[in-house]
Amino acid sequence: MTTPSTTMAQALNSALRDALADDERVVVFGEDVGRLGGVFRITDGLTAEFGEDRCFDTPLAEAGIVGFAVGMAMGGFRPVIELQFDAFAYPAFEQIASHVAKMRNRTRGRVALPMVIRIPYAGGIGGVEHHCDSSEAYYAHTPGLKVVTPATAGDAYSLLREAIEDPDPVIFLEPKKLYWSKSQVALPARTEPFGRAAIRRRGADATLVAYGPTVPVALEAAEAAVEEGWDLEVVDLRTLVPFDDETVTASVRRTGRCVIVSEAAGFAGVGAEIAARVQERCFHSLHAPVLRVTGYDIPYPPPMLEQHHLPNVDRILDALDRLQRDDRPDPRFLSLGGAA
Amino acid sequence: MGDTKTRTPARRAKTRAAQPEPETLVAYYRQMLLIRRFEERAARAYTEAKIGGYCHLNLGEEATVTGLMAALQPRDYLFTNYREHGYALARGIDARRVMAELYGRSTGVSKGWGGSMHMFDLESRLLGGYGIVGGQLPLATGAALAVNYKGGDEVVMCQMGDGTTNIGAFHESLNMAALWDLPIVFVVINNGLGMGTTVEASSAEPELYRRASAYRMESARVDGTDVVAVRDAAQAAVERARRESKPFLLETTSPRLRGHSVVDPARYRTAEEKEALKEADPLAHFGLTLEEAGILDAEARTKLDAEVKAEVDDAAAFADDSPHPDVSTLFDYTYATPVRGVPRRLPADPVF
Ligand SMILES: Cc1ncc(C[n+]2csc(CCOP(=O)(O)OP(=O)(O)O)c2C)c(N)n1
Ligand SMILES: [Mg+2]
Repeated sequence: MTTPSTTMAQALNSALRDALADDERVVVFGEDVGRLGGVFRITDGLTAEFGEDRCFDTPLAEAGIVGFAVGMAMGGFRPVIELQFDAFAYPAFEQIASHVAKMRNRTRGRVALPMVIRIPYAGGIGGVEHHCDSSEAYYAHTPGLKVVTPATAGDAYSLLREAIEDPDPVIFLEPKKLYWSKSQVALPARTEPFGRAAIRRRGADATLVAYGPTVPVALEAAEAAVEEGWDLEVVDLRTLVPFDDETVTASVRRTGRCVIVSEAAGFAGVGAEIAARVQERCFHSLHAPVLRVTGYDIPYPPPMLEQHHLPNVDRILDALDRLQRDDRPDPRFLSLGGAA
Repeated sequence: MGDTKTRTPARRAKTRAAQPEPETLVAYYRQMLLIRRFEERAARAYTEAKIGGYCHLNLGEEATVTGLMAALQPRDYLFTNYREHGYALARGIDARRVMAELYGRSTGVSKGWGGSMHMFDLESRLLGGYGIVGGQLPLATGAALAVNYKGGDEVVMCQMGDGTTNIGAFHESLNMAALWDLPIVFVVINNGLGMGTTVEASSAEPELYRRASAYRMESARVDGTDVVAVRDAAQAAVERARRESKPFLLETTSPRLRGHSVVDPARYRTAEEKEALKEADPLAHFGLTLEEAGILDAEARTKLDAEVKAEVDDAAAFADDSPHPDVSTLFDYTYATPVRGVPRRLPADPVF
């Protein structure tokens, strides 16, 4: 029997559908999620199937939507809300940073917020600025939030189901350029739980650490690098919080080299955190500085320039060139501080 | 027209305003026609992949755009949402530069970096289209405060959609504008829909202009398919703001003839709703009115159409021939001066 091929969008839709069917506390709401089925059609058909009580449209009011979800969660529900695009979540940042993230701590454990905030994020779709932001660092930097970002359809399904079941609030970042990419997977699928990275490709010479939208890019670069004699390992983090130190550390200790690939601006980003952790845990195994290939430290550029801004195979190969394969110290890094 | 509130400046102005000269009416018609053809052309270019990003059109809003812009003086300021191509044109920006911006070319209004949603032009005092819903409101209110601070007599107009009245920034801005008597006219373009969600489904007070009463701000609703009515209502509000430094909330009603953006097929609309849209076309209506009044016959309209079409074709050709922004512009303008320690190296560049 062949495994069906499923898009990430279909997987997310199925996860929501199954969660609504399995648990009557689950409610889905947000702008245009009902009648329209969401801007990316992730909630398509849910209102028709489960009724307006379970999946409904709200007015255009992000801070309100997130705050309502907090109140609903306090009242025993499991809200799954959609904010239409990365930057449209910013009006709700106060609710997220001040209430969603802190309620359990503030109430000394008396209030749990089992809610999920779904946010389509990152670029590669020819959008502009606020339709292509990589906003993961804001959330990952806020204690109290779990931050999840799938790269495959199977993970999209499984991680979203787990997010909805989780007792804590989860920021669920959906790489929008992967919505229509297909994986061979039969749903319902259960993959590894939160906090477990996946090794997407085994290799011996260096570890590429990627998450969300950069996982396919890293895999592509790994294939391209074969020609140059590199045997690369590709790690897909899957969840940024919790972070899987074990898998990353074991991989880099084996390969001795590490390049982190992310779309977000490099400065003070998640990649910097990963580099620091790798250095802390793998210092004596490293044969080269830990490098980052990231978006530049600029606002997201217009469509015709995005291919230069986003990490691509060229830029990853370029970083590999600087991984000192022959183990001689490279004086160039003195001035560059290790940034790719 | 649906001007339902009494004692508004709009109503007073309407009775006072003289019927415009025929040339003025023809000029309005031409402006509306230009917006119509420009937007149709933009939609085509989008499907031909000449335009990237998201692209929201003013189709159905032509009379509103034209009337509002006719009410502004060149020294007045304008803030809009992302549905702003028509406003840029009516503000007098060359169609070439507007189209080039849509095409993302360096000859565009925002040098190809703003795209469809972020037109910006100091000279015509278009202080921006804004892609974040409600983002423009506090900014416009602050610009009006700046005008007062400097003792100027400019007025700020701040355009938005109906859906936008539900975001917090709307309340924050109207409250401050009224509290501090700022010279600003908030204009709500009520096209009945925020994306696929109706006004009734999203607004507890669907007569949106009434929301101003929460701030003791004067307001009115006007038929947004009637260019002269829009102009008169807007002019009254703008001139009152100039004279007395008082804010105003003007609601205009007009149809959104197509989907939310070029890529939205608007499946949430029923067949009857779609049919009714044809009836509501403001351009066709105005053309007919002018014909009946003996101001512009079918032949003259055809001539104008050819003229406008040539202008739009020329704009598209100009855009097509213009260069894309250079890769090096990636690193321009994030800060005023270069910031130390920011990596700018492109793959082929030397490390030093
Ligand atoms: C803060 C924010 N939330 C959501 C969006 C996505 N969005 C763009 S336009 C729009 C509908 C706005 O409707 P309305 O204000 O009526 O303006 P219209 O598009 O009808 O002109 C939505 C939800 C956004 N751009 N910004
Ligand atoms: Mg609207």
